[in-house]
Amino acid sequence: MARVEFRRIEKRFGDVVVIQDMDLVINDGEFVALLGPSGCGKSTSLFMLAGIYMPSAGELRFDDSVVNEVEARDRNVGIVFQSYALYPHMTVQNNIMFPLRFKGVPREQALPKVREAAELVHVGELLDRRPAQLSGGQQQRVALARALIKEPQLLLLDEPLSNLDATLRLTMRTEIKALQERLGVTTILVTHDQLEATTMADRVICMRAGRIEQVGSPDDLYSRPASLFVASFIGSPPINLLTGQAQNGAIRVKELSLPCSGGVSGEVTVGLRPEHMHFGDTGIPGRIAQLEPMGREILYVIDTPVGHVRILEGGSVAAHRIGEAVHLAFEPDATLVFEADTEALLPNARVLLPNGGAAAA
Amino acid sequence: MGAISERFEAMPHRLASSKARQRVNMIVFLGPAILLTLAFFVLPVIVDVVISFTDMGRSLRINEFTFKQYEKVFVGDRRLASVITLTFVYAFLTLAIFNVTFGLILALLTTAIPKVSGGFFRGVWLLPRMSPSVLYILLWVWVIRPSDSGLLNQVLKQIFGVKEVVDLLTTAPLALIVVSNGFIGASMGMIIFTSAIRGIPEHLFHAARVDGAGSLSIVRHITLPALRWPISFITIYQTLSLLVSFEYILLLTKGGPFFDTTVLALYIYRRAFQSGQYAYGAALALFLIILGVVVAMLGWKFLDMKTLLQKPRIEVN
Repeated sequence: MARVEFRRIEKRFGDVVVIQDMDLVINDGEFVALLGPSGCGKSTSLFMLAGIYMPSAGELRFDDSVVNEVEARDRNVGIVFQSYALYPHMTVQNNIMFPLRFKGVPREQALPKVREAAELVHVGELLDRRPAQLSGGQQQRVALARALIKEPQLLLLDEPLSNLDATLRLTMRTEIKALQERLGVTTILVTHDQLEATTMADRVICMRAGRIEQVGSPDDLYSRPASLFVASFIGSPPINLLTGQAQNGAIRVKELSLPCSGGVSGEVTVGLRPEHMHFGDTGIPGRIAQLEPMGREILYVIDTPVGHVRILEGGSVAAHRIGEAVHLAFEPDATLVFEADTEALLPNARVLLPNGGAAAA
Repeated sequence: MGAISERFEAMPHRLASSKARQRVNMIVFLGPAILLTLAFFVLPVIVDVVISFTDMGRSLRINEFTFKQYEKVFVGDRRLASVITLTFVYAFLTLAIFNVTFGLILALLTTAIPKVSGGFFRGVWLLPRMSPSVLYILLWVWVIRPSDSGLLNQVLKQIFGVKEVVDLLTTAPLALIVVSNGFIGASMGMIIFTSAIRGIPEHLFHAARVDGAGSLSIVRHITLPALRWPISFITIYQTLSLLVSFEYILLLTKGGPFFDTTVLALYIYRRAFQSGQYAYGAALALFLIILGVVVAMLGWKFLDMKTLLQKPRIEVN
């Protein structure tokens, strides 16, 4: 088990800077997720931890030692790749046993360990099979067993669930999380799926273009996103964003005027999450353009003077029809206001409901 | 409406004409290739079989049909046994040292170094294959010339201070044909193995490194197992091509001294075209073909090509 620290880490490939000034501490036994769109540098960060890439500048520390130049094989980390990277010509048993070969563990001592690791991830009966004879979920479990068998001080997961179907993903999510809690191994998950990150990790590190955008608990990222990027990346369906001018306690978005608190001025972007909006007697006028039943709730797309706005309403039967005139209300406490040019959150600003009596559009 | 019904009525006629057109197309497209195959492949085989049952000699006249040539192949020709032994020794050495092993080493080394320099070295090793065989052998002749002007002798004399002139053509003719053929043969394996190595998913190498494997262990546990099929393929394919090709040997040593470098294919050439024993040459050629088929079948079985060629079982979700 180890505490991991990135100190002003930079990674370049030729002239391309992939990671810039990365500072991050991951505590012993913590489960963190590196979250971001593809190309944001999250996998590169993970490969630097694994020793597959070496940082171009800065200091990478495991506990108290700098590991910048330490070879992958001397780091004692376990990794599960997106493609699982099982050795195709070896049986499951030999795949799982592979790391032990290089630790000088004799075969008769290794075999019970392999069995134990295989049982841990429920592939005990598959030891004689080859990877090609396994399903995606089974391959994933074998990869996990191989990563865990050497009792790594760090477990790295690179998009481990992205090749699984939806149901299996749910199962594996729960299993991996339970396993991590049981073993207490410091775990770093790389994913582009916000749901995966927020459901599994204790802390989420949201990355964008080689920089850390925000570090926090899943709730921090959802309720108090540090920037417009985090706000729009987290949450499904995505947050509604309205850009307008703030002046004298009101934000003017096209012909709509929304009163606001917090003394904001200048160009701002208002974030309204679909799940924090509802139909009301007053509010933003609009007309229902589209509705998408999602089972437990229904997603409405509303045509308003400020463009399309998505709102999420509970229930499985639509209470409104396409073309119906409605008013959209929202919870002022859950609104987010960002400075338009810096994209930073204005933490004290809130948007209030427009005064009643507005005529339907 | 009228146009549509008209078209329907025209259908049977159109079908017939399309069938005829298909036949014409077949002749147009396949005809030339079929003719070439017949003229240069099937016909020579028939001619060879027929001639092997005659007594055709230098005069090209056929006096009788006989099994005499086959008697000679199996009992009469006392030189044949040593020629066949030499053929297999030559093929085995060239394969084992160059075509497979050296090709593999080249592929491993040129994929381990940066891409540009790797490509450069592969290009260098491809040069002999790209140059005309006569030119290539001419360079060898210059290199090994048994006089002070030969490159090898110059190097030996200037750098190693060897006094007497070395004549590889008489002292080590077998080594010479193995090396000169091997330098060409290695490039084929190199190319096949290189693309096979490139085809191994990079994550496997990463995973192996994280699992604690060093460079040599990675070669042993990741690269070589992935090259099993290409290695088998190169072995069988090159065995066959080594069995039947002799032009480099002919150009370099002419099969000599005496019969010391005369492999079976060259022996056939010498018997048929130098001594004028056409019928015997034809019988020997047939024997070589059968030998080749037997070797290929042994390779097929021994190297487990059948299982390797089977379809992999695809992941079932």
